[in-house]
Amino acid sequence: MSFPWAEHYAPKHPLTKWIDSRLPLPRLVYNAIGAGYPVPRNLNYFWNFGVLAGAALAIQIITGIILAMHYAAHGDIAFQSVESIMRDVNSGWLLRYAHANGASFFFIVVYLHIFRGLYYGSYKAPREMVWLLGVVIFLLMMATAFMGYVLPWGQMSFWGAQVITGFFSAIPVVGEPIRVWLLGGFAPDNAALNRFFSLHYLLPFVIAGVVVLHIWALHIPGSNNPTGVDVKGPQDTVPFHPYYTAKDGFGLGVFLTAFSLMLFFAPNALGHADNYIPANPLSTPAHIVPEWYFWPFYAILRAFTVNFFWIPAKLWGVVAMFSAIALLFVLPWLDASPVRSANYRPLYRKFFWLLVLDVLVLGYCGVMPAEEPWVRISQFAAAYYFAHFLIILPIVSRVEKPLPLPNSISESVLHGEKAEAAPIGVQA
Amino acid sequence: MVVRFGAFLIGLVFVLALLTAFLVPREAAEETVAHKFHLHPKALKLASDGPLGKFDRQQLQRGFQVYKEVCAACHSLRFVAFRDLEGIGFTKPEVKAIANQWAIEVPAINPDTGEATTRKAMPSDYFPSPYANETAARAANNNALPPDLSLMAKAREGGAPYVHSLLTGYRDPPADLPADARPGPSLYYNPYFANLNIAMPPPLVADGQVSYADGTSASVDQMATDVSAFLVWTAEPKLENRHRTGVAVVIFLIIATTLAYLSYRNIWADQKH
Ligand code: HEC
Ligand code: HEM
Repeated sequence: MSFPWAEHYAPKHPLTKWIDSRLPLPRLVYNAIGAGYPVPRNLNYFWNFGVLAGAALAIQIITGIILAMHYAAHGDIAFQSVESIMRDVNSGWLLRYAHANGASFFFIVVYLHIFRGLYYGSYKAPREMVWLLGVVIFLLMMATAFMGYVLPWGQMSFWGAQVITGFFSAIPVVGEPIRVWLLGGFAPDNAALNRFFSLHYLLPFVIAGVVVLHIWALHIPGSNNPTGVDVKGPQDTVPFHPYYTAKDGFGLGVFLTAFSLMLFFAPNALGHADNYIPANPLSTPAHIVPEWYFWPFYAILRAFTVNFFWIPAKLWGVVAMFSAIALLFVLPWLDASPVRSANYRPLYRKFFWLLVLDVLVLGYCGVMPAEEPWVRISQFAAAYYFAHFLIILPIVSRVEKPLPLPNSISESVLHGEKAEAAPIGVQA
Repeated sequence: MVVRFGAFLIGLVFVLALLTAFLVPREAAEETVAHKFHLHPKALKLASDGPLGKFDRQQLQRGFQVYKEVCAACHSLRFVAFRDLEGIGFTKPEVKAIANQWAIEVPAINPDTGEATTRKAMPSDYFPSPYANETAARAANNNALPPDLSLMAKAREGGAPYVHSLLTGYRDPPADLPADARPGPSLYYNPYFANLNIAMPPPLVADGQVSYADGTSASVDQMATDVSAFLVWTAEPKLENRHRTGVAVVIFLIIATTLAYLSYRNIWADQKH
C-alpha cells in the first residue's frame, strides 16, 4: 500500500528494533498515521473531521465506560441512578454532560465529514469501499445514539423507544410479533432497557472495528483532496507526520474548545426538558421529538400521510426513512461523472448546496409539531431529497460539462490557486 | 446502468407518493384555545444565570424556607438529602436541627418488633415525601399528583422563570375564555400552565406568608423568586462547580489551541499548500 516514495520505518534504538522484529506494531502506526503515510499537500480544514470523529468516538467510549460503573439498568432505579451520578459521584455531572453533549458533537463532526465527501466526490472510485464502510459507521452510530438516549429512562427515553420500535409494527403480518420480540414485551420495560444497555455498550466497539477497516481501505488509494485530482508524484504529497498531525492538533483544540463551551455553559441546550421527568407509560408527552441529529429523518418519516398504491402511509414512511440512508450505499454508482471535486462541476455544485438547504429544512420540519404548514413543507423537501440522489444526480453527472482540471495537485498549489481549495463559490 | 435505472424508478415512486400527499387538501392548523390564551414565562433574573453565575446563598436559604413552610406540604424533593443543605450555607448543627425538626418523619423499621414505623429524619436522609404513595397523594389533591420538585427547574421548557410565573400567575379567567376552557371544580385558571387550568391551589397568596429570618420583606413575588432560585439549586447543585471548571478549562484550551496553531504554522512554513 501507499506510494513508492513513502518514508520507511527504520527503528534506531535497540529496544524499538527488538519490538519491531517481533511485533511490527510501531511500523503499522508509522505507516498509518506517521511519517510513512504520504498525504496530498493541499487538504483544507474539511479534512480535519475524520480525525475529530475518531476523537469524539474516544470521548464517548471513555466517558461511557465510567458512567456504566455507576449506572443501574433497571426500570425502577435507572432514572435515580443517573441523578445520583449527577449529584453524588465525584465529577459525575462532568462525565454525564460530556457523554450527552459528546454524542451531539460526534454527529456534528460526522455530518460535516459526510458532506465533505459529497462535495469533493470522495465516494467515487477508487474510494467506494471507504464510503460504504462510512455509511455502515453512520448506521451503527444512529443505533447506538438511539439506545443510549433510552438509558436515563426519562419521558423522552421511554416514548422515543415506543415510537422507534413502533416502526417495526408497520411491517405487514410479522411486524407486531417482531416488535414484541425485540422489546421483550408489549411496551418498553425492564427487558427492553436491559438489552438496550447491553447493545449500547457493545456497538461503539463494533464502530471502532469498522473505523479500522475504514482507515485501512482509505490507505489503499490514499486521501482524496480538494481538487479531486489523483496524486501524481512526490511533489504532490507531504508526510502525514508532522504536517497533518500538527494541523489535526490545531483542529482538535478548536473542537475541544467548542465542545467545552457547550458542556460547561449550556449542557442542556441540545436536550429535551421532558427527559428530566421519570418515564411514565400512562402519560404521553405533548410533543415526542427525537434528538436533533434525527430530525431530518423524522421529518421524512412523518411526511408520508396518504396511503399510496394500497400501501399504508406508515409503512411508506418507515421504508422511506431507511431508504434515505440506504441510498448512500449506491451513491458511488449513481454519480457517473469522472470528475470528483465539485469545484470543477458547476452544475453539481448548485445542486449540492440545494441539498444542504433541503436537509436543513427537513431538520426544521422534524422538530416542529406535525401541523401545517410544516407537513406540507416536509413533503416537498422529502420529495426533493429523494429526487436529488435518485433522479437529478444521475442526470446531472451525464449532462454537465466540467471545468478544466489542473494537471496535478502541485501545479494547482504552485499557481497560487489557493482559492481552488476553497469550498464555496469558487470560480476556476 | 441497471443501478441508475432502478434508482430512477424508486426515486419516482417516492416522489409521486410525496407529491400526492403534498396535493391532498387539508385544513390549516387551527389556533387552539390553549394556544391563544397561553402566556410565555416572564423574564426572571437570578444570580445563577449566565456562564459565570453563582448562587446567592442568602436567597437559597429564603427559598428553602418557602419550600419548607409552604410547598413541602404537598411536594416531595426526593433527590435532595438534608446533608445537601450544607451546600447552601447551613452549618452541620443547623442541618441536624432542620432534619430533626422536619414535620414529616421518615419510614423505618422498629428494631424490637420489626414492624414498620417512622422515625425523625437525620442529615443523611432524603427529604421525605408528604404522602405514603401516589394513590394517597392523588386522594389528597382531587386526583391530581403534585410532582416531585427536585428537577422541576430543568424538567419544564421555561425553567426557573416558568416556576416563578406559574406561582405568581393565578388570576380570574378572562371574559372571552370559551366555556369549555374554563376551570372546572377544584381547578384554577393560570395562563402559564400548558392547558390553562391547574389543580394546584394558589400556594402563595399573601405578602408576609412566611417571615424571613434575614428581614427581607416577603412579598408574593419575592417568595416566588426565592423558591424558584432554590429549585435551580435542587435541580443543579453542581452549577457553580461546573461554571468554575468551565472557565478554567476554556482558558487552558484557548492557550493550548493557540500554541497548536503556532506550531502548525511553523511546521508548514517551508511548504506551499
Ligand atoms: C396543596 C398542595 C400544594 C401545595 C402547597 C403546593 N403545590 Fe405545587 N402542585 C400541587 C398539585 C396538585 C400539582 C399538580 C397540578 C396539575 O397537574 O394540574 C402541583 C404542581 C406544581 C408544579 C408543576 C406545574 C407543571 O408545569 O406541571 C410546580 C412547579 C409546583 N407545583 C410548584 C409549587 C411550589 C414552588 C410550591 C410552594 C410555593 C407548591 N407547588 C405548593 C399541589 C400543591
Ligand atoms: C466514527 C465515525 C468515523 C470516523 C472515526 C472516521 C474516520 C475517518 C478518518 C480518520 C478519515 C481520514 C481523514 C479524513 O479524510 O478526514 C476518514 C476518511 C473518510 N471517511 Fe470517515 N470516519 C467516520 C465516519 C464516516 C462516515 C459516516 C462516512 C460517510 C458516510 C465517512 C466517509 C469517509 C470518506 C469517504 C473518507 C475518505 C475521505 C477522503 O480521503 O477524501 N466516514 N474517516
